[in-house]
Amino acid sequence: MSTNVQKTSDTPADVVAVIAFSAVGLIWALFASAFADDAPFRVHAYIFLGAFALAIAGLVMGLANGKFRNRQDRYADDVVKAGVYASLFWGVVGMLVGVVIACQLAWPSLFYFPQAGWLNFGRLRPVHTSGVVFAFGGNVLLMTSFYVVQRTCRARLWGGIASWFVFWGYNLFIVIAASGYVMGITQGREYAEPEWYTDLWLTIVWVTYLLVFLGTIWKRKEPHIYVANWFYLAFIVTIAVLHITNNLAIPVGPFSSKSYSLFSGVQDALTQWWYGHNAVGFFLTAAFLAIMYYFVPKRVNRPIFSYRLSIVHFWALIFIYIWAGPHHLHYTALPQWAQTLGMTFSIMLWMPSWGGMINGLMTLSGAWDKLRTDPVVRMLVASLAFYGMATFEGPVMSIREVNALSHYTDWTIGHVHSGALGWVGFISFGAIYCLVPWLWKKKEMYSNTLIEWHFWVATTGILLYITSMWVSGIGEGLMWRAYTPQGFLAHTFVESVAAKHVEYVVRMLGGLMYLSGVLIMIYNVWRTIRGDVPAETKVTALSYPANATVADATAAE
Amino acid sequence: MSHREKDEHSGIDTTGHEWDGIKELDNPLPRWWLYIWYACIAVAVVMWVLLPAWPTLNGYTHGVLHQSDRVQVARDMADLKARRGAEGAMLTNASLEQIEQDPKLQTYAMAAGQAIFGDNCAPCHGAGGAGGKGYANLRDDVWLWGGSLSDIQQTITYGVRSGHPQARLSQMPAFGRDALLKPDEVNDLTEYVVALSHRKADRAAVYRAAPLYAQQCAVCHGPAGLGSQAVGAPNLTDADWLYGSDRQSIHDQIWNGRGGVMPAWTGRLDPDQIKAVAVYVHVNSGGAAAKTQ
Repeated sequence: MSTNVQKTSDTPADVVAVIAFSAVGLIWALFASAFADDAPFRVHAYIFLGAFALAIAGLVMGLANGKFRNRQDRYADDVVKAGVYASLFWGVVGMLVGVVIACQLAWPSLFYFPQAGWLNFGRLRPVHTSGVVFAFGGNVLLMTSFYVVQRTCRARLWGGIASWFVFWGYNLFIVIAASGYVMGITQGREYAEPEWYTDLWLTIVWVTYLLVFLGTIWKRKEPHIYVANWFYLAFIVTIAVLHITNNLAIPVGPFSSKSYSLFSGVQDALTQWWYGHNAVGFFLTAAFLAIMYYFVPKRVNRPIFSYRLSIVHFWALIFIYIWAGPHHLHYTALPQWAQTLGMTFSIMLWMPSWGGMINGLMTLSGAWDKLRTDPVVRMLVASLAFYGMATFEGPVMSIREVNALSHYTDWTIGHVHSGALGWVGFISFGAIYCLVPWLWKKKEMYSNTLIEWHFWVATTGILLYITSMWVSGIGEGLMWRAYTPQGFLAHTFVESVAAKHVEYVVRMLGGLMYLSGVLIMIYNVWRTIRGDVPAETKVTALSYPANATVADATAAE
Repeated sequence: MSHREKDEHSGIDTTGHEWDGIKELDNPLPRWWLYIWYACIAVAVVMWVLLPAWPTLNGYTHGVLHQSDRVQVARDMADLKARRGAEGAMLTNASLEQIEQDPKLQTYAMAAGQAIFGDNCAPCHGAGGAGGKGYANLRDDVWLWGGSLSDIQQTITYGVRSGHPQARLSQMPAFGRDALLKPDEVNDLTEYVVALSHRKADRAAVYRAAPLYAQQCAVCHGPAGLGSQAVGAPNLTDADWLYGSDRQSIHDQIWNGRGGVMPAWTGRLDPDQIKAVAVYVHVNSGGAAAKTQ
């Protein structure tokens, strides 16, 4: 009793730190809203103002009510649960916008809104790409990394409420970024569209994320660091380096939404694609491999196929990926030698990428029957199959002679989506289907049949998407390079656009089916959380330590 | 705590590590994986030897093939020129009239012009050149700035209100928006223009507008409304309307005095390309060809 009293008397330092930081932010936001150079910047200042005010109010009220007493004997799972909700929400937003812009491409005059400029394709496209990659994918990575690092280190997340700061800060970044896009704020750098102040905010959040992750690894109770954590750490560190370097810019003014890049010309282009390609490499590949390395062996309850392969393919992937960016600039002003390097490193990247697929697939040996009985395992395996396909297609497309046909066509779009929908999407869905019963202490998901439906609707959608993009991409590539016997271009650009109408309709259908799959999943998750399944009665082999405490695990040792 | 054990299913040892129930097998690297990777590395090394590849202190390794994109582009362009035959060279020296009258040259210019038109002009004038609201129809014999070969060539080269010093330039005042005329007067003038194009109009309004027209409009559009190609003023008596023929469109035009912008193509297309596309436009318009003869 007396210890309890003493505990309530000392105020948690982490909460005070976040309150103090928010107060500084609040003052900055006040000034920014007063002196804003342009209307969009003022809108963003108001959003920051509201967010900081809410943070301070919430934290102070929490303190007053005696909250934030860290229970060091338990894993921090509430922030993971919040991540599940955020992932599902942003998944629907990002994919819905994707379907909308697919409609705009298929029926340009039907889905053109001249009175509402913010609905134009150019404004909505980055909302889609950032929405699915950074909002959906990013929240999946935050929540799974928070879950996995605790389990595999047998340690509670470091930093008290720092993980909550990362969660809310990251989602605030997404709101600022997306609202900026529709208001026309952009740096014009693909996947790095947010302007300088949004970038600074993300830097603060990301460095905190790194600290939370490192701190948790630092206080781990396992002698070794699990391979999933290598991948997460590589992802967090590299994304920090990429993000900061590519966004080096000079703002027009302290309260202006416009900035100019520190680089110019071809250096600027190469910096951007060094960033762009490694955003794919470290955000969408390395980090999601980390998810694979935890959830596949947990779900099928088999050991990882080869420790040696993990080590070799991890370091090979990390080292080689960082060189491959120049293949985005084939046949441009980029010096030819840099193009050759980009191409050859992409070819050498093929097997290191496949190392992850092999390790994942071979982990199923001894449990292949689960492919038939467990739709979640099928989803995880399908994601690895799409991963293998996309990481083979990538090196092929990086060969200059192939790129001469494929570049600037829909083939690239199809390639990205076989990776994004097939690999990133399916591994995320698989992880969510594992996590929801573990987190909410249910025996299993509400309905296996609905998971089956999700799997087949989404798989058919992906196939429609990528085949239609192969047809339209290769078709337009051939049209662009066709010459008449007299030596003049046989087709105008506009003819190649008109020729793709049917493929665009098919692509839109594929995307719509994929979105429908996610809606099915959300219904299933909602019914599971609501408790329409029996509560978990015993610790099963599949979900063994999900509800265990750090203390339990230590005691068991 | 680390102790190796044998996995029952595969008979392979584990590494002895365990995290949250996850173990690892001590399998070697798959041979096929390793050999394909070696092969990929070998391919890369061969490419580094053959092609420009590594930066050096004062340049880069050129590769034993001495391949160069710049040289290749020059070669490709030369090949293209050869494929296009002697007509390409003749285009430079021939006058527009000569091009149009020589069947071989004309065929060549039409082929070149079609390709150029499709990627440069079609976005505004339409794939077939039929134009749209605010964009001139190039398939008829109605011309704002003249339909002779040299007129067309000049319009393409310097554009309309493009900012180029030699651009076609004129500006219809925004009579309503800038309050040069009262709203009633604009309404009357609308009736007058409708009457000019031989349609039924409010007689009283036409009567009231007559002095206004003479004062404000006739200087460009002519006393009879026949227009003037020297200042790009459309003929108001025919059935061809740049911004629409109904009363509302005519009223809007008098009110706002819109004038379209066409970019100057000099600098973006070379003189031979402009010649080709001028012939293409001229031949396709049909009517003006008769006029020049």
